[in-house]
Amino acid sequence: MAYSEKLIDHYENPRNVGSMDKNETSVGTGLVGAPACGDVMKLQIKVTADGIIEDAKFKTFGCGSAIASSSLITEWVKGKSLDEAGSIKNSQIAEELALPPVKIHCSILAEDAIKAAIADYKTKNGQGEVEAAE
Amino acid sequence: MNELKAKPIYLDYQATTPTDPRVVDAMLPYFTEKFGNPHSRNHSFGWEAEDAVEVARDQVAKIIGASSKEIIFTSGATESNNLALKGVMKFYGKKKPHLITVVTEHKCVLDSARHLEQEGFKVTYLGVKDNGLIDLEQLKAAITDETAIVSVMAVNNEIGVIQPLKEIGEICRERGVFFHTDCAQAVGKIPLDVDEMKIDLMSISGHKIYGPKGIGALYVRRRPRVRVIAQITGGGQERGMRSGTLPTPLIVGLGKACDIAMNEMAEENARIMELRDYTMKRFRDRLADIYVNGDETQRVAGNLNVSFAYVEGESLLMDIKNIAVSSGSACTSASLEPSYVLRALGVDEELAHTSLRIGIGRYTTREELDQAIDSICVAVERLREMSPLWEMAQEGIDIKSIEWAEH
Repeated sequence: MAYSEKLIDHYENPRNVGSMDKNETSVGTGLVGAPACGDVMKLQIKVTADGIIEDAKFKTFGCGSAIASSSLITEWVKGKSLDEAGSIKNSQIAEELALPPVKIHCSILAEDAIKAAIADYKTKNGQGEVEAAE
Repeated sequence: MNELKAKPIYLDYQATTPTDPRVVDAMLPYFTEKFGNPHSRNHSFGWEAEDAVEVARDQVAKIIGASSKEIIFTSGATESNNLALKGVMKFYGKKKPHLITVVTEHKCVLDSARHLEQEGFKVTYLGVKDNGLIDLEQLKAAITDETAIVSVMAVNNEIGVIQPLKEIGEICRERGVFFHTDCAQAVGKIPLDVDEMKIDLMSISGHKIYGPKGIGALYVRRRPRVRVIAQITGGGQERGMRSGTLPTPLIVGLGKACDIAMNEMAEENARIMELRDYTMKRFRDRLADIYVNGDETQRVAGNLNVSFAYVEGESLLMDIKNIAVSSGSACTSASLEPSYVLRALGVDEELAHTSLRIGIGRYTTREELDQAIDSICVAVERLREMSPLWEMAQEGIDIKSIEWAEH
């Protein structure tokens, strides 16, 4: 399968790999996917008091497209408000990385991961949605 | 050094093998000056080609302990498997409409079985134990008075395990059932004897044994006689079982490949086995949490199927793109399902997604393996640093205790 240069760059030089302390109140964690499906994404955001994502980290078990999708979304969400970050669509990720059709689910997983991280942050900080992120 | 690094390393000998130069040399004259049709009976061009075909037929027969009259040339193991299963079922199926095979067979056997099912035949798919081998008691229990044939591959293409052919042959003979075995991955890799193993039909492939692609053979026993209905009809070549002009150069190549394999198998296996054990030892010395899939002793020398836990196979392949290996993870297909063979072994799905098949063969050198081992280890370490599952495992979290949302 031929992958785009951008995808390969994100796979070979992934941005923002790492972990934050998930117990910190300013950190929201999203863990989505399942090992049995061959994809697990953990995405974490660190949010400032005025609701801006100042840092993002990820760890991903999955194919090259899944790793690239997570790397890309951590770059995109930095500096954005929670609402802005939450409105990123998987189709934007798929387009940016030129994901082949069989890899679209990787971009969906990245969208789910950021939404889950935001929900976790909000739950922790008593901002609405009671439902758990995971 | 850079140039050396850029040269791809081939470790996918179960997919195909390069044609041995000695085989190519034997083939070449039959493309040009000795181009006759082996079925032309009235001139020397035909006789010359026919003689070459018969020498090759004998070479193929020898490596499996058969008589040359029992060898039918086909286009490859896929066609041989089709002819064996469909041919036998269509001849004997009225009285004996039942076929037994195994869930880990090659797709061409499974798909032939499915087609036969659609035509009304009954098929039993035996499972395998966690080492990839069939349970002989289960086989005995599955045979009925209606069973025409049992088809069990000798060596599995993904995990390299060797099924107990002799025991299966004895069970089949005792019950009056034909025994077919797909030996695409077995010929030239393990000693085979159709009489000792009581094999009635055997599929053989050219390109898995350093012969050319596009040629194979089917062994069909003469005493007691096995009848098959031809799947390709026409001029009635190959004793009516497979019509079509025989491709002399390819047949000469298959014969030569068998001849070389027969003479060199013991020595070659010892060398390859040593390379395989060396590779596994180096992996184990450097990496934790790696598992061999399939029985560790009942397997061919050239197959190493390893799961590198917490690292997804396809991303691993992408990292080591200079090394040609195969992954048990089929994430490229829309189904997202890992290898059906590994799943049949009961390998955890998450581990099935982390497997690589490393195939070592005639031309593999220790230098190539050293380079491949280093690349694979570096990639596994890099990807584990990136893996949330590896992180959880290091923190002592049991991945199975988490309720994952399957997608």
